[in-house]
Amino acid sequence: MLGVGAYRTRNRPALSEVLPLPIGEMSWALTDHRDQSVRPTDWAGHPVMVFFGFTWCPDVCPTTLSDISLWLEDLGADANRLIVALISVDPERDTPAVLADYVSSFDPRIIGLTGPADEVAKAAADFRVTYRRVDKDGGDYTMDHTAGVFLFHPDGRFASIIDFHEDRRFAVPKIRRTLS
Amino acid sequence: MNHFLLAAALTLSAPAAMACETVAIGDLTVEHAWSKATIGAGRPGVFYVEITNTGSTDDALVGIATPAAGMPMLHETVVQDGIASMPHAMSIPVPAGQSVQLSPGGYHGMLMGLTTALKEGDSFPVTLTFEKAGEVTVNVDVLSLRAEGPDCADAGQ
Repeated sequence: MLGVGAYRTRNRPALSEVLPLPIGEMSWALTDHRDQSVRPTDWAGHPVMVFFGFTWCPDVCPTTLSDISLWLEDLGADANRLIVALISVDPERDTPAVLADYVSSFDPRIIGLTGPADEVAKAAADFRVTYRRVDKDGGDYTMDHTAGVFLFHPDGRFASIIDFHEDRRFAVPKIRRTLS
Repeated sequence: MNHFLLAAALTLSAPAAMACETVAIGDLTVEHAWSKATIGAGRPGVFYVEITNTGSTDDALVGIATPAAGMPMLHETVVQDGIASMPHAMSIPVPAGQSVQLSPGGYHGMLMGLTTALKEGDSFPVTLTFEKAGEVTVNVDVLSLRAEGPDCADAGQ
């Protein structure tokens, strides 16, 4: 048993390879849905909530955005300093204008971020997010992507992940812990 | 379906209670059919519904058709190791004595090739084909992109 334990420990990836980087150590440069450039340093001092998605997706992304809108409603003005961002994994189709249309259906505190494919890839790597294009018949495609919502403390430290389908009773307290 | 019927189906603003109607075929009841508004017609729409099998024979939803979309398909959202994917579902089981929900984050109809953008307040018909019970058509309410389901007294949301 001891041998097995040692083997597992040796082969387990270091936590730093699994957990998102602190915001301050991230290096991406993206554009928000109002055409403003956004860098990780712009978020210094703010609690942050980020998830990855794409507007083509009819189910997961609107569901996550609806959930987030409800959490923000629950938190009220307490969440006004919280940066809430959807980062598109489909920058080819998600222009800032498309994202503006999309986020307008949800809580106004939610921003959409997109950018050149290599900057999106950099952001995904910083957050330890996986995404891949899945081609469909007729030239159309969809994206598989990490579905969790990432939370960060105001000093940029990673706080926790809210899993897709996680109960709101647990999600809201998790967010609240990053606000103070 | 001709253009007139399609136009009528898409422009007649149905009362919000339509999603709360129950349609029956054989031992199956179909209710709470709803969809979400879309940004333009280029992006796929979604179709959610609840099916209850009160009989003693298993059935399955094997297809959907609608004048609102050129290529409606059944899909399932699967989250594995934290990664969401949306595989095509060949059929959705409706076991005897059970209810099955096409609902956010699970099984859903994906309406590819929309003929027109879906706007909140619109409604459109969807015909469901079951392996044993055959075909039944329901009216689908388009709710906001943000909606989590129709507001029915009995919806149990």
